Amino acid sequence: MSGKGVGASIRRKEDDRLLRGRGRFIGDMRFTGQVEVAFVRSPVAHGRIRSVTAPEEFRDHVFAMEDMTGCDGILAKCGIPGFKISKQFPLAKDKVRFAGEPVAMVYAATRAEAEDIAATVSLDIEELPANYDMREAMKPGAPLVHDEWPDNAFLEGLVDKNFDAMEEAAIKVSRTVSTSRQCMAPIEGKGCIGVWDRQLEQLHLWTATQMPHIVRNGLADTLGMDQRQIRVVAPDVGGGFGWKGMLQPEEVCVSWLAMHLDRPVKYLEDRREHLVAASNCREHHYELTAYATEDGRLLGLDAVAHVDSGAYSVYPFSACLEAAQVGSILPGPYDFGAYRCKTYAVCTNKAPILPYRGVARTGVCFAMELMIDAVARAAGLDPMEVRRINLVKPEQMPFRNITGKDFDMGDYPESLRRAAEMIGHDRIRERQKSAEADGRKVGLGYSTYCEQGAHGTSVYHGWGIPMVPGFEQSQVRLTPDGTLEVRVGNQSHGQSLETTLAQVANEVLGVDPEKVNVIHGDTAMSPYSTGTWGSRSAVMVGGAVAASCEKLAERVKHIGAHLLQTSPDHVRIGEGEVRSETGAVTLKEIAATWYLAPQHLPGDVNPDGLELTAGYRPKVDTGTFSYATHAALVAVDTDTGFVEILDYVVVEDGGVLINPMVVDGQIYGGTAQGIGTALYEEMPFDKNGQPLASTLADYILPGAGEVPAVRVGHMETPSPNTRFGQKGIGEGGAIAPPAAIANAINDALKESGVEMTVSPITPHRLLSAIMAAETEAAR
Amino acid sequence: MKAGRFDLLLAKDVGEAVKALQTEDAKAASGFQSLGPMLNLRLAQPRLIVNLTRIPELSAVEETADMVVYGAAVTHAAIEDGRVPDAAGGALARVASGIAYRAVRNRGTIGGSLAHADPAADWPTALTALGAKVRVAGPRGVRRAPVAGFVRGAFAPALGEGEVIVAVEVPKASAAARFGYVKFCRKVGEFAEAMAAAFHDPDTGVTRLAVGATEAPPQLLEGDFADLDARLATLDLGADPVRQRLHRTAARRAMAEATTGIAA
Ligand SMILES: Cc1cc2nc3c(=O)[nH]c(=O)nc-3n(C[C@H](O)[C@H](O)[C@H](O)COP(=O)(O)OP(=O)(O)OC[C@H]3O[C@@H](n4cnc5c(N)ncnc54)[C@H](O)[C@@H]3O)c2cc1C
Repeated sequence: MSGKGVGASIRRKEDDRLLRGRGRFIGDMRFTGQVEVAFVRSPVAHGRIRSVTAPEEFRDHVFAMEDMTGCDGILAKCGIPGFKISKQFPLAKDKVRFAGEPVAMVYAATRAEAEDIAATVSLDIEELPANYDMREAMKPGAPLVHDEWPDNAFLEGLVDKNFDAMEEAAIKVSRTVSTSRQCMAPIEGKGCIGVWDRQLEQLHLWTATQMPHIVRNGLADTLGMDQRQIRVVAPDVGGGFGWKGMLQPEEVCVSWLAMHLDRPVKYLEDRREHLVAASNCREHHYELTAYATEDGRLLGLDAVAHVDSGAYSVYPFSACLEAAQVGSILPGPYDFGAYRCKTYAVCTNKAPILPYRGVARTGVCFAMELMIDAVARAAGLDPMEVRRINLVKPEQMPFRNITGKDFDMGDYPESLRRAAEMIGHDRIRERQKSAEADGRKVGLGYSTYCEQGAHGTSVYHGWGIPMVPGFEQSQVRLTPDGTLEVRVGNQSHGQSLETTLAQVANEVLGVDPEKVNVIHGDTAMSPYSTGTWGSRSAVMVGGAVAASCEKLAERVKHIGAHLLQTSPDHVRIGEGEVRSETGAVTLKEIAATWYLAPQHLPGDVNPDGLELTAGYRPKVDTGTFSYATHAALVAVDTDTGFVEILDYVVVEDGGVLINPMVVDGQIYGGTAQGIGTALYEEMPFDKNGQPLASTLADYILPGAGEVPAVRVGHMETPSPNTRFGQKGIGEGGAIAPPAAIANAINDALKESGVEMTVSPITPHRLLSAIMAAETEAAR
Repeated sequence: MKAGRFDLLLAKDVGEAVKALQTEDAKAASGFQSLGPMLNLRLAQPRLIVNLTRIPELSAVEETADMVVYGAAVTHAAIEDGRVPDAAGGALARVASGIAYRAVRNRGTIGGSLAHADPAADWPTALTALGAKVRVAGPRGVRRAPVAGFVRGAFAPALGEGEVIVAVEVPKASAAARFGYVKFCRKVGEFAEAMAAAFHDPDTGVTRLAVGATEAPPQLLEGDFADLDARLATLDLGADPVRQRLHRTAARRAMAEATTGIAA
């Protein structure tokens, strides 16, 4: 067709405004009469609130929970048996449960003045012992985060598949593996503006969110309002990664205050709030034992996994999202016969953890891939070879794995083979035989994973949560001049959907993507959607846009055929025209006929016109399985513990790529975040539950100097279940790097016996392990 | 967070600045690259900020036969770009180019950096190794003091009330002199975890080694380095053996770069 549809690497439509600084983010917006809020946050991780007092002169500007009449706590319900529900009041009531929890809201004309007032508010809090370590929090006698619970577990789970102890296995390796707590750190933090629209009698909440409809659901519940009274709009959003996939307590407060004051109210999260009080994620801990034959064939895996879920389950759902998934996804793309996994979603006195790009998979991949290397070490085999023999084979596809996951298609060993070839496996093994000129040690590491994405109703209904994805809809409208408006209910905050969904429309209707507007992120302007999460947009929303364009194509062809004096089955649509054997009529002419010259329409024209909504769900909605192998070549300085990534290769299979350039961008971005998990990012806490990284000087994000030029190789196994064979790939880049890099470091140091199993592998952690190994060797 | 309320004085000359700084809760400011974040985090809440960068004398650079005198408000970027003479054959430009990010270097100043007295900052350690001196103006006139010892502790410069750094004197190095500079940063532009600067002039026989980024102020070793490890053992490198090793590695590598014949 036009070369701009599915498969074309056209430039991003949104870049024109974004790269010129002409986007419109919450921080750019200002309403007449607007006031700004600052929050007074808990200085302690756990305590009983005795009083919140403001000086008399500021009394009207300061609000505590009891002032917020009509506002209830946020309830993220979950129907999984045994799950304990936490209620989070938008401003803490009775008790504070993590340092940084909002306790009072202050408003003034500017944020600086609001902060001045906030500094005069005094909190009288009786400090209680804090749960700062999730495994300690599970011990009897640990202080209870929620007084009415019997213990600190949101949920415990057990998956047991033909597990028996397998003591006779030739290889038995045990490891403790963990990923530290992180923050998501999108360039834009959260922010929102609440405005009461007097004419529409509606609360308008402009907010940096990934899921406007879900935010509206939660707001209506919490504020006790009808949904018709609320409009939620996401303007340009500067990255989300999961942090913006939730109803934030601050959003509830701002909404309430906007209505209470009948004035626009703005809140912009600053970086300190973001780090300390908010976007926490990732903290997993595993005890693992792998059983294998002496030639490295995996027989079974036994695991106990803890996830530190923080103090509350966030709306729509967070607390056991990771822990419960760990049980089912830990086996990854490996084929083995026995499995047992006990999981704990632990409630602690830390900010709630939220699903961050890769959701659970990054920790799981780290655990599993480190075990593959541990097995290889025990067997005396190359880790690449052990991976190869244990990965699911292409001839087993479609494959149901040990936990019942249905893998759609793919050739996993081939991704590994290609990654090994691209990085130069044999050359590196040769190089490792002699010392490096600069004295550093080089190592090669691999990590193979699968990314179940776009999972739908059949996966989620069992969770009993307020967000079960069903059919996805899109609305299309051919305008009187033949250009196209596409409305979708999700939100694009870096995924390039304004481009890729226009490409989908182009694929079906032939309209130039430049002539397609993708309108998203607004409850008033689009069909309902659970939003952008779970690598679902290309599959679900892409499918919905195709479905609506196909229906529109039928109507357009019907009118076009009439204008061409033939029947609809003798025309086809392409490049913005309806064509017959003998002639063509443009979409512009067809639109003009419908809107401006209806006298020329066929007598049996569909009266519903050139605007419609259509929906979509894949034939099989258990999810697409994209996958990749990452290979990392690193150099380790054993006198400093510093690691340099010398080369980094990704070979991925995302099925049919709607825009390969956009996919590469997703992989680069995700990989950069994965490098952060591997080597840099960590939010440490002290024993009082105080977060210790409160600025970007303490919370180290990789920058341009730390992220190598990632080399990407593509494979293409179309999904048999989706509209174009596309698969979800948005999160994958962030899943594999910690494991690939850790394995590379361990490969570099294998002669010294150093084996790193905690992320991030900071120079200090690595150097102390090197020194411990030296001491050991000297004995 | 946003800064609290303060008044801002754009001082026109050193006398005005010194006078204003003697009022209660007054604070000097140059590039704002350290003070700015502290204001925004409300760790510093001065009532009056006295900006020094408009004082012409503080941006001047003067070259004499045996030294270059840098006005305190000369930016890292001006030194990096070679817009001012380099007293040590490129060593200053090299140090400057490794400070933070370009945006910070565009505004951050050599005087501000010394006055801020962060043990992990580049200038206090590098200028200690280069044998530099600061010129300080105050209520009792102008005095000179070696950079070695000027940082008395973390964020504690040897500055009295109302005193400002007006210039930094860096002795010119001979053509044969060599400079070794090693720092280990978690990422490009981040403050160093360990840092060492070494200076060796075969003509004069002067050798200096400065070790920074410890919890203590930059530490200076001079004289005979035949047994480097023994010299390093005399330094206060903190209680953590891992950090100690990092500091020693930086020191050895800096010395190896500046000299020949001393093993790294
Ligand atoms: C992101 C970031 C990274 C950084 N990384 C590094 C790094 O790697 N290495 C490094 O060395 N530095 C680093 N810095 C600090 C930077 O170099 C600053 O420029 C420097 O520390 C302070 O210089 P300034 O001119 O900005 O001083 P200001 O911030 O204006 O002032 C700092 C302090 O010095 C006082 N002061 C300023 N000028 C004078 C004067 N002439 N006389 C007396 N007192 C004065 C002020 O009262 C204040 O207490 C970094 C800064 C940032 C923001």
